[in-house]
Amino acid sequence: MKVKLVYFAWVRERIDKPEEEIEVPETVVTGRDLLNHLKTLGEEYEAALQYPDVIRLAINQEHVDHDEPITGAREIGIFPPMTGG
Amino acid sequence: MVALKPLIRVQREDFDLKTEIATLTEGRQDIGAVVTFTGLCRDEGGSLNALELEHYPGMAEAEMARIAELAIARFSLLGLSAVHRYGKIAPGENIVLVIAAASHRQAAFDGANFVMDFLKTAAPFWKKEHLANGSTGNWVVAKDADDAARDKWLKP
Repeated sequence: MKVKLVYFAWVRERIDKPEEEIEVPETVVTGRDLLNHLKTLGEEYEAALQYPDVIRLAINQEHVDHDEPITGAREIGIFPPMTGG
Repeated sequence: MVALKPLIRVQREDFDLKTEIATLTEGRQDIGAVVTFTGLCRDEGGSLNALELEHYPGMAEAEMARIAELAIARFSLLGLSAVHRYGKIAPGENIVLVIAAASHRQAAFDGANFVMDFLKTAAPFWKKEHLANGSTGNWVVAKDADDAARDKWLKP
């Protein structure tokens, strides 16, 4: 499955790109699986996702928990806790 | 009856409080209370030069609308506007505006408060500090107090 990933704030800075399209292996089912998969792609991903529990995920621009299946996702947002307002 | 639609904007430019209130109340005779909240950039005792606001385009507007619609339903609001700026913002400048209109004051106060508490914790915006000494500082860390402020609305 091909999916567009979009990164924000320090996740974006550490991975050093705002977005990319990646091919997700079939073994990746949930958001948590995706984060663990990304961590294997290089040290910049390892640095960005070192503490996966603090990372927030959005599928098709809606917040989801890490155990949410990513099947059928067009776009997955990966970012730190929000600090707007 | 058509459900009330909140007025939501994410923009680079500043907003004008008077104009925004007028947009919400013009021609209305049912509104008895308008509460506005404006969030500004602080200089943190002189150490901060600017905040840089990053957002997730599309999702930021959608989340603000979702939160606003929850507030309209919960507090029977008669009008709601929320405007959030992005980009580099200097101390003293506006960052965010929430206006809640209702028949009576309590609903307007609560509506504005509710929207801000959820906006801080769920709307996809991030602040980065630019320091007065010329260096680029850290990303602002999310506060537990903001989660606690949101959670008080979730208690039965």
